[in-house]
Amino acid sequence: MSDVKKFMYINRKAPYGTIYAWEALEVVLIGAAFEQDVSLAFMDDGVFQLVKGQDTTELGIKNFSPTYSALGDYDVNKIYVEKESLEARGLTLDDLMPLKYEDEDDDWAEKDSIRVVTAAEMAEILEQQDVVLSF
Amino acid sequence: MSTLHTVNKSPFDRPSLQTCLRLAGKGNAVLLFEDGVYGAMQGTAVADTVKEALGNVSIYVLGPDLKARGVGEDKLIDGIKVVDYKGFVDLTVENDKVNAWL
Amino acid sequence: MPIEVEGKTIETDEEGYLANLNDWTPAVAEAMAKEDGTELTDAHWEVINFLREYYDEYQIAPAVRVLTKAIGKKLGKEKGNSKYLYELFPYGPGKQACKYAGLPKPTGCV
Repeated sequence: MSDVKKFMYINRKAPYGTIYAWEALEVVLIGAAFEQDVSLAFMDDGVFQLVKGQDTTELGIKNFSPTYSALGDYDVNKIYVEKESLEARGLTLDDLMPLKYEDEDDDWAEKDSIRVVTAAEMAEILEQQDVVLSF
Repeated sequence: MSTLHTVNKSPFDRPSLQTCLRLAGKGNAVLLFEDGVYGAMQGTAVADTVKEALGNVSIYVLGPDLKARGVGEDKLIDGIKVVDYKGFVDLTVENDKVNAWL
Repeated sequence: MPIEVEGKTIETDEEGYLANLNDWTPAVAEAMAKEDGTELTDAHWEVINFLREYYDEYQIAPAVRVLTKAIGKKLGKEKGNSKYLYELFPYGPGKQACKYAGLPKPTGCV
């Protein structure tokens, strides 16, 4: 199919403090129905969206962090996290939720969706996209 | 006049926390809440600034906002105190005025 | 338009989805189905229960494509196709089954 475009959703905001993170996630889930080549990028405070152990019980608002684990079901399995943004926030890959997908072309083997990339690598990935949507 | 400074924005998104800590008077209280709680974490790009400020002001962080964001209390800079909503109210009552750094 | 279930009044939105997800009981599902003229069978319950588990784990109602694939994996290939699901839920497996399961309308469903 030649009409498949490369879509990149950039996430740069922390969850809960503003509505951007949840809105972006909803747009990604809706957009997944159009069967395009979708990637997500997390940079700046966006990396906080993926931190594990979120518990919003005392805030009385929805904890949407479990929804990121459903992205694999929606065939969204290229999730790039910028290394520099993690480091500036004292975070490592171990602090993030282990997002997985099942690889259809490899007997449904379970694989990691998150790839930590440097700013230079991220720049290259952004160059390759047909459409970039920033949140 | 005792002042409670509040910061609810991430220190990586805008410099509210940095400005607050630069301008807060000696002995003042600073409360971090909402996205401001990220400023209380160890090992970040602003951690040294925050540690240094602890010699000048008391820093508090709102527990429910930490939990929502998956930031464990073991990840906080030493000397920062966790408070609940009641503690937040107490701080506003104990101080003569509140300065909210948006 | 509120519905009456076991003597309790339960709030729903204009499309019949629960206003408060915590109001759900199996009797709520039965009452909603009855209003649509549907009798819930074990086959319906299999899908409703699956949706509730999915929501519990991921905090979203899955898109039909995702639901179909996941049902096939969990309950067998003969059930993981839209023909089977549309026979059970003629108004659309996403919309109708999610409504009975007490979930919001699936994200992206118009």
